[in-house]
Amino acid sequence: MAPQNTPTSTASKAPLWRQPAFRAALFQILLVLGILAFGYYLLTNTLTNMERRGITTGFGFLSNEAGFGILKSLIPYDETHTYGRTFLVGLLNTLLVAGLGIFFATFIGFFVGVARLSHNWLVARLATIYIETFRNIPLLLQIMFWYFAVLRPLPHPRQSINVGDAVFLNNRGLFVPEPIAEQGFWLVGVALLIAIVAVVIVARWAHRRQEETGQQFPTASVGLGLILGLPLLTYWLIGSPMHLEYPVLGGFNFSGGMEVIPELAALVLALSIYTGAFIAEAVRSGIMSVTHGQTEAAYALGLKPRVTLKLVIIPQAMRVIIPQLTSQYLNLTKNSSLATAIGYPDLVNVFAGTTLNQTGQAVEVIAMTMGVYLSISLLISMFMNWYNKRKMLVER
Amino acid sequence: MSTHTPHPDLSPPITNVGVIGWMRTNLFSSWPNAILTIAAAFVIFATIPPLVEWAFIKADWVGDSRDACTSGGACWVFVGVRFNQFMYGLYPEAEYWRINLAAVLIVALMIPLFIKRFPWKLGLGLFILVGYPIIVFFLFSGGIFGLEYVETSRWGGLTLTLVLASVGMAASFPLGILLALGRRSTMPIVKSVSVVFIEFWRGVPLITVLFMSSVMLPLFLPEGTHFDKLLRAMIGIALFQSAYMAEVVRGGLQAIPKGQYEAAQALGLSFWKSMGLIILPQALKLVIPGIVNTFIALFKDTTLVLIIGLFDMLAMIEAALADPNWLGYAIEGLTFAAFVYWIFCFSMSRYSMALERKLHTGHAR
Repeated sequence: MAPQNTPTSTASKAPLWRQPAFRAALFQILLVLGILAFGYYLLTNTLTNMERRGITTGFGFLSNEAGFGILKSLIPYDETHTYGRTFLVGLLNTLLVAGLGIFFATFIGFFVGVARLSHNWLVARLATIYIETFRNIPLLLQIMFWYFAVLRPLPHPRQSINVGDAVFLNNRGLFVPEPIAEQGFWLVGVALLIAIVAVVIVARWAHRRQEETGQQFPTASVGLGLILGLPLLTYWLIGSPMHLEYPVLGGFNFSGGMEVIPELAALVLALSIYTGAFIAEAVRSGIMSVTHGQTEAAYALGLKPRVTLKLVIIPQAMRVIIPQLTSQYLNLTKNSSLATAIGYPDLVNVFAGTTLNQTGQAVEVIAMTMGVYLSISLLISMFMNWYNKRKMLVER
Repeated sequence: MSTHTPHPDLSPPITNVGVIGWMRTNLFSSWPNAILTIAAAFVIFATIPPLVEWAFIKADWVGDSRDACTSGGACWVFVGVRFNQFMYGLYPEAEYWRINLAAVLIVALMIPLFIKRFPWKLGLGLFILVGYPIIVFFLFSGGIFGLEYVETSRWGGLTLTLVLASVGMAASFPLGILLALGRRSTMPIVKSVSVVFIEFWRGVPLITVLFMSSVMLPLFLPEGTHFDKLLRAMIGIALFQSAYMAEVVRGGLQAIPKGQYEAAQALGLSFWKSMGLIILPQALKLVIPGIVNTFIALFKDTTLVLIIGLFDMLAMIEAALADPNWLGYAIEGLTFAAFVYWIFCFSMSRYSMALERKLHTGHAR
């Protein structure tokens, strides 16, 4: 090929401002300059504004005494602790709601998603109604409904709804017996840990054997047996080192036992019902993405329906379900910040609310709060990318 | 010669056709299925009749105080008395006609868009997107043509919800397209700026964004700048939703085969022409469900403004619940709100399905 036909030489004939490379470089330089100028403008404004209001920048305020109480805390906390401690309390409460919400939402989602595909007309219709109702109502409204319309109007502690003198429900919350561990209970935990490790080893061995010989191994039932059986056996052998502490009515409220405050209950109910509807749709789309030909091919190979489900349908459906599921988990975690509307002490309520109002350190507090959510979502998207790479269809 | 006349077909067994047949295949095909059906029927009978009785049969509809609620069912009188506040917020009562006028106007403007042979659709669409908001802004806030000035803090109720939602949609859509194009760009800086912008907004909850816009924006701006609270919330919502919109549009851009890009280049089209005429029309059509889902999410998210002290419909209802004359009607108030939001969201999702079917040209089997 003659040198004058190469792209560079034709491009050089055009005027400079018509060359793509030049225009790209110019545009990007302008963009960077624009962003820097904008950032500088914001920074100088913020600094002058803060100076004028007498706010000192920096994270020193975190070690000051907070001086306000928090409704519910998973770690020891009182007014004399620091603002740094309030951050931790809020974070733990957020994680508690998110964890509980994810657990129940997954359960509801898979149940309803499968029900919607059921051959049973009535069950499928009920699942559809559930999904279409709760998906289309704002989550904040649902949280307020559970809190203001259902849980607040419950009777006072003295007229509690009483289930077998053990479980009490009133407008102060739900009170259930709390299992109290006695000496030696840690052995049960150790047994559970051993069981989990054993199940992982068995599953790997079974998978390898199946790849090599085609022989199947009942991993699920053996695993379940190990995880349930080993701790129970240990518990029984070392003489049942646990008793239940029942809630007792004293004065104006119950004491003892485990207490679920109505704010937490409303939040978990609303989050799991709302997110469950979205997860159900994800599950349905995942199952429907596996074409019927796959089932037919598996039957033609002589696989039984159960085996087909386990080895052909579920692995392919999970490839579609898992990414949507993670993004719903992420949404649920972020939505748990709506707690602030009903006064549940989550990260946003405690830290970006009370702490911010008391200290006035808006920039630091908002940055820390956003930082927490950002790191959670970055961690989850890193997991997603890793998963996608692992499970991606290898196409020829 | 006798011809063979076949015996008339026997009618199918009564258990395989008609209502019984349908029930046998759809409800009682096996033992577990029958148990499921009975369980589902039990759920329906346990919930629907009491619900209907509460909401309709035993409900009170007319009256002007809580004394009218005596039947023991739902007290819709509460909603009726407060209805104007739920719709118009704290807007001065004498000026309600402005909001009604805006509503009538938008309906009148939208009707021709649904007429197939209407010739000036594009112009009308542009007017709705650009001209109409300007008219509505001056109509609502007043201050000119002898209209009384109404500050934005008095806007509220369903009106505010719809204003927030439509401004959010109109702003986040073009911004989202730009961000999606930026993320697919070959220019490294443009690409990384878009990625950081999108991932940042997608990674934080909307509440923190609204907190930021109400607490931090005043710090960011020069001393003494007055920044309307409503506008701050709108900026927060628009930036937040544009990141989600960008990801939806990017999905569409990725689905367009490379040949389309190359063909557009081969025709000598510039970047913006090839995007505007070739790529985006196809890409956006592919992601209509995603776009409408984002709009639905935005509509539901407008309720969050109550946390930073704006009076949208849900906030008006929450305020009404605290009225000492009407304590204890939370179920009625919130059910009404849920119904209104549900109608909007459900019809949007149905409309998107219809649009998807209509635009589904080609590739259909």
